[in-house]
Amino acid sequence: MSETNYLTTDYTLRSWFLTTDHKRIAILYFASLIFFFFIGGAAATAIRIELATPQGDFVSSDIYNRLFTMHGIIMVWFFLIPSIPNTLGNFIVPLMIGARDLAFPRLNLMSWYIFMLGGCTTLFAIFAGGIDTGWTFYTPFSTLYSNSYVIVAAAGVFIAGFSSILTGLNFIVTIHRLRAPGLTWYRLPLFLWSLYATSVILVLATPVLAITLLLMATERFFGVGIFDPRIGGDPLLFQHLFWFYSHPAVYIMILPGMGVINELVSCFSRKQVFGYKFVAWCSLAIAAVGFLVWGHHMFVSGQSLVASLVFSFMSFIVAVPSAIKVFNWTATLHKGSIHFDAPMLYALGFIGLFTVGGLTGLFLACLAYDVHATDTYFVVAHFHYIMVGGMVTAYFGGLHYWWPKITGRLYSEYWARAAAILIFFGFNLTFFPQFVLGAEGMPRRYHVYPPEFQVWNVLSSGGAVILAIAYLMPVFYFGYSAFFGRRAPANPWDAPGLEWQTSSPPPEHNFTSQPVVTRDPYQYDEDFHAEPQNA
Amino acid sequence: MRSRKMPDGSAFAPQYASIPHRDHTAELGMWVFIATEVLLFGGLILAYFIYRHAFPHGFVEGSRHTEIVIGTVNTAVLLTSSFLVAWAVEIFSPATSRIATWLLMGAACLGLVFLVLKGIEYSKEYDAHLVPGIDFQSAGPLADGVQLFFILYFIATAIHALHVLIGICLLTTLATICRKAPTTRHHTALRSAALYWHFVDMVWIFLFALIYLPGRSSS
Repeated sequence: MSETNYLTTDYTLRSWFLTTDHKRIAILYFASLIFFFFIGGAAATAIRIELATPQGDFVSSDIYNRLFTMHGIIMVWFFLIPSIPNTLGNFIVPLMIGARDLAFPRLNLMSWYIFMLGGCTTLFAIFAGGIDTGWTFYTPFSTLYSNSYVIVAAAGVFIAGFSSILTGLNFIVTIHRLRAPGLTWYRLPLFLWSLYATSVILVLATPVLAITLLLMATERFFGVGIFDPRIGGDPLLFQHLFWFYSHPAVYIMILPGMGVINELVSCFSRKQVFGYKFVAWCSLAIAAVGFLVWGHHMFVSGQSLVASLVFSFMSFIVAVPSAIKVFNWTATLHKGSIHFDAPMLYALGFIGLFTVGGLTGLFLACLAYDVHATDTYFVVAHFHYIMVGGMVTAYFGGLHYWWPKITGRLYSEYWARAAAILIFFGFNLTFFPQFVLGAEGMPRRYHVYPPEFQVWNVLSSGGAVILAIAYLMPVFYFGYSAFFGRRAPANPWDAPGLEWQTSSPPPEHNFTSQPVVTRDPYQYDEDFHAEPQNA
Repeated sequence: MRSRKMPDGSAFAPQYASIPHRDHTAELGMWVFIATEVLLFGGLILAYFIYRHAFPHGFVEGSRHTEIVIGTVNTAVLLTSSFLVAWAVEIFSPATSRIATWLLMGAACLGLVFLVLKGIEYSKEYDAHLVPGIDFQSAGPLADGVQLFFILYFIATAIHALHVLIGICLLTTLATICRKAPTTRHHTALRSAALYWHFVDMVWIFLFALIYLPGRSSS
């Protein structure tokens, strides 16, 4: 390749750490997230080793508390929330809308530094002795009783929140203002609609988490009773404020995944996404209604029955737009010319796993059943089906799909398909037994359990081994591909999106001439033949 | 200056199509940032209302212990400073850069006055043993409510004061730039900073009503 691209313009460390190129910042995020993913994964591994036997023989209960807290905090705030937005989103958004960069490139770089500062603060808390509150920091345990690094960990999450806000702000402004000529809202790829909805949540929910953690840390540090019932404070207020952020945060963690799936399903069935406008508006509907369902985390907290009924009802409502998306993906497959390339295997896996996660969410939205299932493995299985089965699968799918664009190299299709299939089976073997355990009443967050639960726990731990191997596989074939893979053409999937109209990897400012959009997205009809403009 | 038209500033970043495009984009960024800030203070004000609902008498009692004179003067100070900033935005051009500089410096100084008065108020409250967590003495059936009031008072005003401090830095920086070579780029920066400064002002108006006014009419 003779012309220079964003990877070859400059090789110095300085050019990476002071870059304002959204593509390089995406790579910085990508490297950091792999690091955090394996730290969180290591904690999960230790948890599954402990739970392979009913006795507490691998770690003490105190260490176990610190392990699942570390797993939760790292995976939620330092992997899932930034995963697709900050890596794939950062890389693809300007390319998809035909822009030369995000609206605020320096802010984008700053957001990475803030993220790393938050991450290092949290890691310090973990390695200095850990935290045992669970990722939810519930009061009054976190403020009065816990003897662990609560304030430091909360400070790390607080700092990382600003990075989320800046990224969300950047995406909102970019999607509003930097679209290529002719790229109207209804011509936007659906990935952008879901990232837009995600960004709205990031901007509006994250500050509430910030103020909540600040109040919690103030109470702990000064010993004043903001949430301390002994002087009139209300510990439930903490839960309300916390879930006002953290439930929408669940949608921060799944909406970008849904966005990726739109691209994949459409590309590998060679068809337009069925019901484009419905899918687009469903993203915003999920973001909006998602702000009104937080109380379903608190059905057994003692909130009023009226509140519980309303939150239960709203939780059923929020399932509607999610279901519409699943139906529309299925309808997109109908009579499509389906290609089972690796990204498509991930997409199909996503649809199945997300459906299971979504349907079991309806169980938990039922007041009566939720009382039975609260704080059992049923809940754990449910949200892992959404977060891991959904979001992580979508992340891997998107990574495979855009890998040729990002690196300019092709990966081994054989190994990629093998990993996709192995992830699907390993995941189900890990988490499906947990539904059974939960339904039979095994509570979460204990390091010992009665012997009759062992068979399901062994299945789950065995599945976790397969899952861990499957997650490690891409490290090898992607690593090989990045250095020795075959050169990728500009448009390996023959897809119509703007990101495929420029060379792979793209040049420093993405396009050599300003692209102009004249058609709807997903035009995979027979007269479509991608012609790279900058070939 | 012969022309009232401002120099454009040399180049603009490659992601923008034109200078107006860049300027509108920057301003939208500030609006989105303000949306985030609304929710930050919103969470705090929500907590205030919930506890005020739970302890109506305690909050009235707490409010009577606040320094309403300083609070009122501070409101006037902040509103005046916002007025100066708005004025500077309106007249900003190379021909008037001297006046704009003075207006911005004036606004920043009023911001400082606000912080100094706030500091005096804090020290008075410290002397009156009204700082929860450090030195708080209050007896009687309303003590819990009074303490919750003062916790929220200190957190809210401290976060607000931090915003004022950031605003002062922004205004001082802009005043310095304005004195040298104002361009359209700086006009946009000034408009965005002004939006922020007015927002900080708005927050104070809410805080003023919530902190100083409960229970004043009946006493």
